[in-house]
Amino acid sequence: MSAVLPQRRPLAAPGLRRPGGATVLGALALLLVCTVIIASGTGAFAIAPREVTAILLHAIGIDIDIGIAFTPQQESVLFAIRLPRVLMGVLTGAGLAAAGAAMQGLFRNPLADPGLIGVSSGAALAAAFVIVLGATLMPGLSRALGIFTLPLAAFLGGLAVTMLIYALSSRDGRLSLPVMLLAGIAVNALAGAGIGTFTYIATDEQLRNLTFWSLGSLAGIGWNALAICAPCVALAVLLACSFARPLNAILLGEAEAGHLGVDVRRLKAGVIVLTALAVGVLVAFTGIIGFISLVAPHMLRLAAGPDHRIVIPGAALLGAALTVFADMVARTVAAPAEMPIGILTALIGAPFFLALLMKQRRAWGA
Amino acid sequence: MLTARDLSFYAGSRALVDKVSLTAAPGEFVAIAGPNGAGKSTLIKLLAQELMPASGIIELNRLPLNDWRALERARMLAVLPQESKLAFAFTGLEVALFGRYPHCTTRAGMLARDDRRIAMEALAMADATHLAERDFTTLSGGEKARVQLARVLAQLWTPCTVDGKRQPRYLLLDEPTAALDLKHQHATLAAARDFARREGDVGIIAVLHDLNLAAQYADRLLLMQHGHIAVQGRPAEVLTAECIEAVFEIKVNVMRHPDSGAPLIAATHVNAAAAGTTPGIVRCAGMQPDGEKFANARPVSGCT
Repeated sequence: MSAVLPQRRPLAAPGLRRPGGATVLGALALLLVCTVIIASGTGAFAIAPREVTAILLHAIGIDIDIGIAFTPQQESVLFAIRLPRVLMGVLTGAGLAAAGAAMQGLFRNPLADPGLIGVSSGAALAAAFVIVLGATLMPGLSRALGIFTLPLAAFLGGLAVTMLIYALSSRDGRLSLPVMLLAGIAVNALAGAGIGTFTYIATDEQLRNLTFWSLGSLAGIGWNALAICAPCVALAVLLACSFARPLNAILLGEAEAGHLGVDVRRLKAGVIVLTALAVGVLVAFTGIIGFISLVAPHMLRLAAGPDHRIVIPGAALLGAALTVFADMVARTVAAPAEMPIGILTALIGAPFFLALLMKQRRAWGA
Repeated sequence: MLTARDLSFYAGSRALVDKVSLTAAPGEFVAIAGPNGAGKSTLIKLLAQELMPASGIIELNRLPLNDWRALERARMLAVLPQESKLAFAFTGLEVALFGRYPHCTTRAGMLARDDRRIAMEALAMADATHLAERDFTTLSGGEKARVQLARVLAQLWTPCTVDGKRQPRYLLLDEPTAALDLKHQHATLAAARDFARREGDVGIIAVLHDLNLAAQYADRLLLMQHGHIAVQGRPAEVLTAECIEAVFEIKVNVMRHPDSGAPLIAATHVNAAAAGTTPGIVRCAGMQPDGEKFANARPVSGCT
């Protein structure tokens, strides 16, 4: 009278097939190099990619004769006009995407974007404050800090907002995403009001400076701006990469990460500072360029999985390529007029954000 | 030895854990049971350093818990949480590999082949080998729990040596069987117990709701009530009808497990009218005094 139970046979479940990390990073590095070469040659004065390659090889001292001639005029256009701008695109994309990836890890949510939660507008508000009132209110300080005044102010503005949002949205080690996004809305509105006020009292010249902040632009970037941005962004990206393993662990939850031996406080402080550093300095020079920090990390997660050891460097490479490409489109699509790159990234990024939200909305009870 | 002395924790003015002392020796399986709100989970969270006690001290291998460096502590003490909050699409194997975090010392953070082997063995021990390549976020609650068990087993897999001295390891389990089917309730506790026996120097403290599971797997059982440890001892000593009635306020029949002879508990048949009424406070032998609450209580006759 014993019932015969069928032997349990585990169903063959489809495993996750992902490309290896090295393959993904290699492919993205190649993509970035190609994008840089093509973008450097594109514009009113066109330079063929192979000529760009020859000029760049020549510049870094590899003077092999590959049978490609270039003119001094091409060389000077490339170095004086194109390259600073393209390289700034690389820094912008890499910095924003790496900061975005790290912040999304810390907040344990792919929607935690430095632009959305107000870090960029906090930085822009601080920058606007310095442009309009800096010389009047604290002339000594402005003169002492020189060209560092603006990036420093933007960094502090970004830092203040990041800390505020984190404090508002976390309680007993738990993070509330709705609180975080709503706080971001409030901060964005507040910063918008502040920037609006400064616009109102600004002189004509200051006004031109301010408009460009709200839309973002890589126009008029010179080597001196690059010299300030490059070390800051490099530091931020390296910091983000060094936090990859603890950021993986913290995806389990703050308490769980603590049990695994992660110094959670140090990690939080590190990610907040690196985000403020990258976003602040970049906003100071390029204005608000949104959504790169949202799109690039998420595309990496889709392609290669959520491991931050791949996502952070990969997002930096992809973000750089995307920004360089977007800037190339921005300056050529309506030539000789120029479209602010921030409009373009928002055009691509906002629908992307909505698609992400649709995927998550079930978790939110919608 | 994992030792807690006079731990107290308050929510407002209410003591959730009130001067609790307990120890877990290497190789020992200690179960904590008790009614809802007795302070079991708070106690585990205090031991896991998720909550800071208002007073009292916790020592891990003769050193205050706070004095260990975080990574050293993580090689000696692993915690299985009640529920999993991981919402990113890692594979089961990747989640198990998180357990190797405190062991990975290389700067680049690349995992050794050893870690991969250990994670696979831990998955096998948790009956989760077939989940190694699956997306963690698509697993059922029970499957997630097994992968998480593999993660904490992987964390304690290798003997821990600090300053040239081998250190016992401890595993804290907070209701490890809550999401599991019958087979995996037993599989999980058996895996934890077998792991502790095999290693010899791994102690386990588990919060368990099911007294029958506690009776079968625990070497020592603590029954908590109102933030105190009401009674503790070998399961056979503690799990008497009188003690269970005193602590859980429900009448039960205690039988013997036909195979092991361990106590087997079933609630007595309660008719609807009687259900919900609270029996008078009773005590059983071996029960520790519980302040004023038991001041006027008299021992129930026949309780041994």
